[in-house]
Formats: sequence, structure tokens, C-alpha cells
Amino acid sequence: MTTVAPPRGRVSAAPAAPLREHRGPRTTAKVLTLTAVMAIGAAVVVAPLYWMVIASTHTSAEIFSSPPVLLPGDAFWENLRSLVVDRGFGRAVANSFLIAAVYTVVAGFVCTLAGYAFAKFEFRGKGIAFGLIMATLVIPAQVTLVPLFQIMLWFGWLDTYQAILLPNLAFPFGIFLMRQTMLAVPDELLAAGRIDGCGEVRLLFGIVLPTMRPAVAALAIYLFLAQWNDFVWPLIALRSPDSYTVPVALAALKGIGTTDYGQLLAGTTVSIVPAAIVFLLLQRHFVAGILSGAVKE
Amino acid sequence: MSTATLSVRRRTIVTKNTAPYVFLAPVLILFVAFKLYPYVYSFWLSLTRSVGGRQEFAGAENYVRLLQDPLFFKALGNTALVLLIQVPIMLALAVALAVGFNSTLLRWRGTLRLAFFLPIVMGLVAYGILFSTLLNTQYGLVNWVLGGVGIEPVPWLGDPMWARVSIILALTWHYTGYNAVIYLAQLQTVPRELYEAASTDGAGPWRRFVHITLPGLRPAILLTVVLSTIGTLQLFDEPYVLTNGGPDNATLTIGMYLYQNGFRYFDFGYASTIAYALALLVALISFAQFRLLGRRS
Repeated sequence: MTTVAPPRGRVSAAPAAPLREHRGPRTTAKVLTLTAVMAIGAAVVVAPLYWMVIASTHTSAEIFSSPPVLLPGDAFWENLRSLVVDRGFGRAVANSFLIAAVYTVVAGFVCTLAGYAFAKFEFRGKGIAFGLIMATLVIPAQVTLVPLFQIMLWFGWLDTYQAILLPNLAFPFGIFLMRQTMLAVPDELLAAGRIDGCGEVRLLFGIVLPTMRPAVAALAIYLFLAQWNDFVWPLIALRSPDSYTVPVALAALKGIGTTDYGQLLAGTTVSIVPAAIVFLLLQRHFVAGILSGAVKE
Repeated sequence: MSTATLSVRRRTIVTKNTAPYVFLAPVLILFVAFKLYPYVYSFWLSLTRSVGGRQEFAGAENYVRLLQDPLFFKALGNTALVLLIQVPIMLALAVALAVGFNSTLLRWRGTLRLAFFLPIVMGLVAYGILFSTLLNTQYGLVNWVLGGVGIEPVPWLGDPMWARVSIILALTWHYTGYNAVIYLAQLQTVPRELYEAASTDGAGPWRRFVHITLPGLRPAILLTVVLSTIGTLQLFDEPYVLTNGGPDNATLTIGMYLYQNGFRYFDFGYASTIAYALALLVALISFAQFRLLGRRS
């Protein structure tokens, strides 16, 4: 495959040489047409999200009335209150936060170590180890579900945080992302550090890592979002409502006989708030993260 | 021996030679315990049958059963349908989006980009719930909008054909932005001079697209085709939350069928067989795609 220079930083910033100089009426018409078409597309994409936020401020009866609600109502806090008090949703949010936070830190650490080893060292078995880890990207996750369930059963770990955390700590994409980024670290930098008597551990954490803030940010967003949204494995490993994470709790809410959609959509809205905040704040890194994982050989 | 370890007598065990192994150790241990072992165990399970709660060797029994199982082939057909219809539509839209974003004529770039990429952060359960409300036949927003232009209510989730359309719509909404990011990055590596030279030679927009843009996108297209194929073959979350595989198994996917056998009927042997069939399928198709699309690049 063709090797592509790793795009860094602002990917969709205006291309290098804007053709502003010949700006006539025809160009203006083109600008208007293109921007209008893209804006209509964007409106279609955002409409479901807008409606979700609106619907979360209404009662179930209002949501299922004709015509549909299109403006904010006043039932949001009541929806949220009943969700927390009657359905124990607060517990699910706490579980999710704790699991996602611990996961982000520990998996980030583990992936960084491995990525560094793969990028900056030559050692026996390197090719095989890297190939095996990357092959897991092609093998469906479903293959591991039954054995993982049995492992957790043997250890008596169903319904525990470690059951959710452990199996995905070695996150192949994270290892790949860190390796790709660390390939760019000059060997001379490491050699200079060693000559100065810097130990290997301090070399990584004191010298190499501080230069890769964007990659670390991208990795953190990835890990947090992946864990926050993870569904299938928590669904299997968490059997009691007290241990549910947000997605499992939401799916359970939808499954019960008389679903209160005001509640359900309030919960859904709450569930995307952390992800949306992380995305808005670190959008640039997130896009860069997708790219450094994607557009290379 | 490195100069560092010679000149400074370190008590630490992390030297330049041991460092890669130390750094890789956590990932390798996790990998063996939670990936490699499950792969091997899952394969053994696929050769067993469940007798009174215990697994007993059964040879190729499960594989023979799989080849005669009409539901498995139904799930395979449903998955193939999504693969052949949804993936091309989504990737074509993503190319259009990337071309739009790559144009110097576009205004409101930042806002539009945010709108198109926001669905990426939404958890699968959350958007499953959202779409099931939006697509409600009687009260859903989508049918209300369609009613506004005189279209009869569509039984989105209640009719086999429309249920498939619903899954396709939801998937396209969710993943188009992600693919567009990858294409956009690739497009920005195509030299602008190529377009300028083609314009000078009298090539119109369509010819420039066919002869410059598409060939330039080739590596990214290969990547997204392979990624989308893997994702589609493993499709689980959307049918689980939106349609529960129904109506009449019209949206039953291989991932869902595996889940049902393993965790609803607790037939671990058969579930593992389905998982291995799926893994084989993913490997074969990805390989074929690399051979077909990867040539000449």
C-alpha cells in the first residue's frame, strides 16, 4: 500500500493554498451551493440528536403524541429523578465512570509500554508478537465471549469491575497507535539520554512521553469512549442490576414491559454527555488519532 | 553491551537489553490469558456437545449441524445484504463528504465538521434506543416528517423489509463521518497541482474526480472497505437494540445468532462453532479484498 505522510494536527483546516484571488460571481454561487448542500446534510445528521435532547425534557405521553414534540418541555428533571431514584441509574453512571476512568489509565499505561517496546527496540520475537497482536483486529471479538465468560465464572468474577476491565486492557488499536507515533522519536534522543546515564524507565516517562502529548490524548479519548460505550461484554459479564454499566442499564430499561420513554431518553442523553464533552474538547486529537491509526500502511 | 550499563552500575533490572521484554510483559500476559487462551479454548468447545451441563467431545458434529442450519444461513444472508447495500452507500457518501470538506469553496468548515462527526461518539445502545423511538410507526418523528410530504406511515421496525432498511439507515448515520475523516486525510495528500494541471488541459469536475480523486483515494478506500466488512460481519449491537433480530428473523445477524446460542440457550459448543465460522469468513473475505483491491497500489 502507498505510504502516506502521517497527517498531524488540524486535518480539515483550510487547504494550503486557498484560491481566493479569482473571486467572481460564479465562485460566490459555487460557495453558496456547496455550503448549503453540506449544511442540509449536517442538519439531517444532527436532527436525531436534537430530537433526543428535546424528547428527554418531555413525559412519555408527550413523546408519543402527534405531532411530535419539537421544542423543549419541562419534564427533564423529573425524568432524571425517577431514573435515579426508581431505576438506580445513578449507580450505573458511577460504575461506568469508575470503570472507564480506571481503564483509560491502566490500558493507556499498558499500551504505551508495549507501543514503545515495538517502536524503539529490536528484540527476539518482535515480529511474531506484533503480528499476533494485530491479528486480533481481524478475529471477531465474539470468538472470545464464551471462554471469557467461563474464566470469569471460575474466578467468581462475574458482576465485578475486574471482569470488565481485564480482558480489554491490551487494546490492539492502542498499541498500534502508540507504536506508530513513537516510530517518529529520533534514536539519537534515546542514545543521548542513555549516555547521560538516564535509566530505561525514566527515558520513556521523562523524555519520550512528554513529547507525545497529542498521541497520549488521542489514546485516552479512544480508550475512554471504547470503554464508556462497550456493550456486549458487560452485558454478558454483569448479571445483577447493581453492577450494570450505563449501556447495559439502558438496554435493560428498554427491555422492561412498560418502558417510560421520557426516562429512557433522559438516560440516553445523559449517557452521551461525557462522550460529547470529551469529543468537543479534544476533537482535534480525536481526528488525528483516527488518522494515525488509519492512513498508514 | 551498551555504554550506559557499562559506565554506571545500575541496580535496576531494566537495562537496554531487558527493557523491551519488561515493557511488553503486561501486554503479553494479558494477551495470552484473555485472547490466545480463549481462541484455543473456543476451538475446543466447538468440537464438544453439552451433556448434562458438561462438555463432551463430539468431533465435527457442530460443524455438520451448522451447515444444515437454515437460521445460520438466514443470518448469513441478512449480513450479506447489509454488506452489499449499506457499505457501498455509506462509503460513497463518505467520499462525497470528504470531497466537500476538501474544497476551498466550503464555508463554516468547523461547525459542519463537528455536526458530521458527532455521531461517532454515540454509544451503540444509545443510538439504538434513539432510532427505535424516531422510527416508531405511529408517533415517530420520521413518519411525521414523511407524512408532511404526503407519504403514508412506514412500518419501520415491524416489517421484515423495512426493519432491514432501518438497520441500514442507523448504520449509515453512525459511521459515515468516521469514514469521511479517513478519506479527507488521504485527499489532503493529493497534490493540488494535479487538479490545476487537469483543469488547464480542459478536464471537467467529473473527469478530475474519476482520474485524480478516486485513484488518490485508493489506499483509504481499501482500508475502509476492509474495516467496514469486518464491522458488518460482526454486526450485533444495532439489531440487538433496534429489532432484536426480528421481525421473523429478518435482521438476525451472525453475531446475534452466536449470542442467542451461547447466552440464551447456553449451548457453548454451538456458539463457538458459529464464532469460528465467522472468524473464517472474516479472514477469507478480508484476504480476498486485499488481493482484489490492494493490487497495483
